[in-house]
Amino acid sequence: MAKNPEYGLLIDYEYCTGCFTCQVACCQENGWEAGMSGMAVIEQVQKLPGDKAYLTFLPFPTELCILCRHRTEKGLEPACVKHCMANVIQWGRLDELADQLGKKPRMVLWSPR
Amino acid sequence: MIEMKNDGVEIVRTTTWSAGPGCHGGCGVLAHIKDNKLVKLEGDPDHPWNQGRLCARALAMTQYMENPKRLRRPIKRVGERGEDKWEEISWDEAFDLIETRMKAIRDEYGPESMIFSMGTGRDISAWICMLAYAYGSPNVMFALSGIACYSPRVAALNTVQGDYCVFDAGQWLPKRYDDPRFKVPECMIVWGYNIPATCPDNLFGHWIIDLMKKGTKIIAIDPRLSWFASRSKHWLRLRPGTDSALAMGFLNVILNEKLYDRDFLEKWTDAAHLIREDTRKLLRESDIIEQGSKDHFVVWDEKGKQAVVWDSRRVKLKSKDAHPALSGSFEVVLTDGKKVSCSPVWDAFFQKVNEYSLDKVAHITGCDEEEIARAARFYAKSKPASIHWGVPIDMTPNITPLCQAIAALWALTGNLDVPGGNVFARFAFDAVAYALPGSKGIIKLKTKEQDETRIGADRYGPLNRFIWRAQTDVTLDQIFTGKPYPIKGMWMQACNPMAGLGLDPKKWKDAFKRLDFIVSVDLFHTPSTQYADVVLPAATFLEKDGIRSWWVPLQSINKVLTVDECKPDVEINFELAKRFDPDFEWENIYELFDQIIKPSGLTFKELQEKGWVFPPEGHPSHPYLRHEKGLLREDGRPGFRTPTGRYELYSTLREDWGLEPLPFHEEPPFTPLSRPDLAKDYPLILSTGRRSPAYFHTEHRSIPWLRAIDPDPIVEIHPDTANQYGIGNGEWVWIENWMGRAKLKAKVTLVVPPWMIMAAHGWWFPEREGAEPSLYGAWEVNINQLLPMGAQGKDGLGAPIKHSMCRIYKVGGEVK
Repeated sequence: MAKNPEYGLLIDYEYCTGCFTCQVACCQENGWEAGMSGMAVIEQVQKLPGDKAYLTFLPFPTELCILCRHRTEKGLEPACVKHCMANVIQWGRLDELADQLGKKPRMVLWSPR
Repeated sequence: MIEMKNDGVEIVRTTTWSAGPGCHGGCGVLAHIKDNKLVKLEGDPDHPWNQGRLCARALAMTQYMENPKRLRRPIKRVGERGEDKWEEISWDEAFDLIETRMKAIRDEYGPESMIFSMGTGRDISAWICMLAYAYGSPNVMFALSGIACYSPRVAALNTVQGDYCVFDAGQWLPKRYDDPRFKVPECMIVWGYNIPATCPDNLFGHWIIDLMKKGTKIIAIDPRLSWFASRSKHWLRLRPGTDSALAMGFLNVILNEKLYDRDFLEKWTDAAHLIREDTRKLLRESDIIEQGSKDHFVVWDEKGKQAVVWDSRRVKLKSKDAHPALSGSFEVVLTDGKKVSCSPVWDAFFQKVNEYSLDKVAHITGCDEEEIARAARFYAKSKPASIHWGVPIDMTPNITPLCQAIAALWALTGNLDVPGGNVFARFAFDAVAYALPGSKGIIKLKTKEQDETRIGADRYGPLNRFIWRAQTDVTLDQIFTGKPYPIKGMWMQACNPMAGLGLDPKKWKDAFKRLDFIVSVDLFHTPSTQYADVVLPAATFLEKDGIRSWWVPLQSINKVLTVDECKPDVEINFELAKRFDPDFEWENIYELFDQIIKPSGLTFKELQEKGWVFPPEGHPSHPYLRHEKGLLREDGRPGFRTPTGRYELYSTLREDWGLEPLPFHEEPPFTPLSRPDLAKDYPLILSTGRRSPAYFHTEHRSIPWLRAIDPDPIVEIHPDTANQYGIGNGEWVWIENWMGRAKLKAKVTLVVPPWMIMAAHGWWFPEREGAEPSLYGAWEVNINQLLPMGAQGKDGLGAPIKHSMCRIYKVGGEVK
C-alpha cells in the first residue's frame, strides 16, 4: 500500500453524533468484513462538576484507513467524508487542514498514513 | 437510470423508505447496479433532503439484499405454530391458499373478523388499507398499545390546530437553508429525541445539527444525558412521564411573565369564547338563541356590553365592531330566560396553568425550578424558536393533554407556521399516499356502514375523527372475548409484535394461538413469523416502484433490481385485493399511483423522470403563515381546520368526547408517585426504547456491519446504581417486575440518572433457534415482557412505555 503522508482527515468532533455512518461507509467502499473498518467511533462520557457530564463521539481512522486513495485520485471524497451525516469530516492536504485548527474548538487532525 | 459506467455498472436514482434501512425514508440515493446486483449505495448529492449524506443502515444495504437469512419464496407452515417447520410454495399456490382461507373467514364470520396489522412508518400503510378495504374489513391496526407512535401526536394537533406541524429546516424549499424565506431558529427545544437514531418521524435528524452549526441553541428535555443534553444551553432532566407537568410549567412562566404573543392570541385563538360557569362547558349560539347553531360560539363584547356570536362556518364574529373580552365574568341570558355567568376560555386556560406553580412542577418532574424558568424564558424570547418532539410524547397515557400543552407553547409564542418555527406539515400537493390521522386519500372503505364495526371507534373520539385504525388494546382483548364479534384471522405486514411492537408478548402469543389463519409478509423470519400459517417474502425499497408524499417533496421510489421471488408489498396486496373485490377499481399499480398523485399534475412516469418535485408558492403544502392566507381550510377562509376555525386552547372536540378540554398533567399508572406500594419492591424507574444507530426497532440484527456497531442488548445503568447492586460493566443482568423479566447486558454509564435504567427494545437473536421455546431468544431478552397492554389513555391513545418500575440483579444473583 502506497504511503500517502501529505493527506489527512480533519474532524470537528463537537458535532459528531455517533451515528457510525463513517464506519459502515468504509466497510461498503473497501469491502471490509464486519468487525473491521478504516474508521471507528469512540464514545467518551466525561464527568463534569456537579451532576453534569459531556458526551463526545470521536471518529478516528484505524490501521485500515487508506484515505480512500482510489476515490481521491478520481476527484471524489473518501467514503466517510462523503456520507458523514453531520458533515464533520474533511479530507485534504495536512497543511491546509492544519490552518483550520484553532478556528473553532473541539477539532482534531488525523494523519493516518 | 442516470449513468452507465464503463465496467457495466448502472447508477440509478431512487428514494429510501422502509424495508432496507427500515426508516421513514426520504433520502435520495444512487444505487450502483451490476448484473441485477447492488454493488454500492451512495447518498445523492443533488437531493435536497439528505444532500449526499446517508446513514449506516442504508450504507449496509449490500449486506441486506442477498443476506443468507432473507426470505426468497413463499412458505407455508407444515408443523405446529412455533415449530419453525415450513414448505416452500409458489406464489400462485400462496395466493390461492390465502384467498380460500380468508374468504372462508369472511363468509362465516364477516370481513371485520380479519385484522390487518402493520408496523411503524411503513411504506405499506396505503397498501394494507387497500387490501383490508377490498376485503371489506375496517380493522387496520398498528400493533402498538395505545397506537402510541406518531398517530396520537398527529391526532392531538389535528384536534387543536387542524393540521400537524414540524420544526422548520427549510425542507419545503428546494434551496433549503439558502432560500431567503427561511430563517434559522434562535432556539430549538429537543423534547425526548436522541440524535444517533438519525431520523425521527419523517424528518432528517441531522437537519438539527445543520441548524446548530448556523447558531441555533438547544434546550434539551430528556432524562438521559443525550448528545443534545451535552450541548444544550438548558437541560431539563425530567422524570419520565412528567412531560405534561413540565410543559404546564413553561406555560406558567410564559403567561405570568407576559411573554406570549398577544396579537396571535386575540386574532387566531378561541381565547375569548365563553365558558358557562354552571356547566363548565362552552356557551353555544343554541344556548342563547332559538334555532341558534350548536356549532357557533359566543364571546362578550366589552364595547357593546353584550354577547356576540362567533360564526364557526364563516370564521368570524357576527358583529364586526365587537371587542371580545379575554377576561372577566359576564351574565348572559339563555333561551329559557335564565341568566348564567360565563367567562372566557383565556381565564380558564390561565387558571389551569396557574395550578402548575414552578415549585409544584419541580417537585413532579425532578427538574430545578430556576432552570425551568430560565429555559421557558429563553424559548419564549427567541424569535423564531421551534420545538422538536420525539416518540416519548406518545408513549404516555396522557398524550393528548401533553400535546395540547406543548402546542400552546408554539402557538402562544407566535411560532406557528413562521419561518424557523413549527411549520404545518401537509402531504406534498395534498396527495395522500400514506393514510395518517386526519387524512383521507383515495383508498377507502366502500360504505360508511363497513366502518361501523371498527374496533374501539365506538368508545374513542379520535378514532372517529382522525385515526382510521382499530384500537390495538381493545382488539387484542376481543381476540379472547369474541365480543362483540369473533376475530378469526390476522394479516401481518412489516409487523413484529412478538419482538417489538407488542407489549406483553405472552398475551400476543396466546392471541395468535386462538386465530384460525395468520399471514405474515416480511423480509426475514422473525419471532412473529413463527406464528404464521403462510409467510410471503417482501421486497426492499430497491426492488419496488412507489410514491412518497409524506410531507414535502413528492418523490418516486424506483425499482432498480429484483431479488429471487421477493415481491413488493404493493404488488402482493394488489393481487389479493383484486381477488377479494370483484369491483376493484384499478387495473394495475401504476393506474393507482397516477390517481394518488393526480393533484400534482404529474403521472407516475413523469414523476419518476423528475425524481422529486416541490409544491409551489400558494399551495397549501407550501409554507408559511397559511392560516392568514386562507390556505388551510377547504373554504379558503383564513383560520384553521378546527370546529371553531380557530386555534383551540380549549378543545371543542375534547368537550364533545367527554374529556377534559384544557391541557393538564396526570401521573402515569406505574411510577413511584402513583404506585408507592410497588416502589418498595421495584425501586428503579424502567425506561425503554433508546434508539440505536444500527437498528430500526427489531430489524437488522442479522446484518453483520450493523451488528458490529451494537452487538448486544444493552441496559444502561448509572455507576452508583451498578455499584449498589454489585453489577459490573458488561455483566448480564435480569430486569424484573411484577409482569416478568428480561436479560440484558449492563453498560455502566453516567448517561442515565441513578434512579432510572434504560433498556434496549426490539431485541431477538436471528442466529438462535427460531422454534419455541427459544423463539430466537425473544423470551429471554424482550423487555416488553415487563410492559402491559390495556393501560392506554382515556382517549384510547398513548401507553406507559417509557416509564414503568423494576428491580435489577446480576444473572445468577439472588434477590434479597
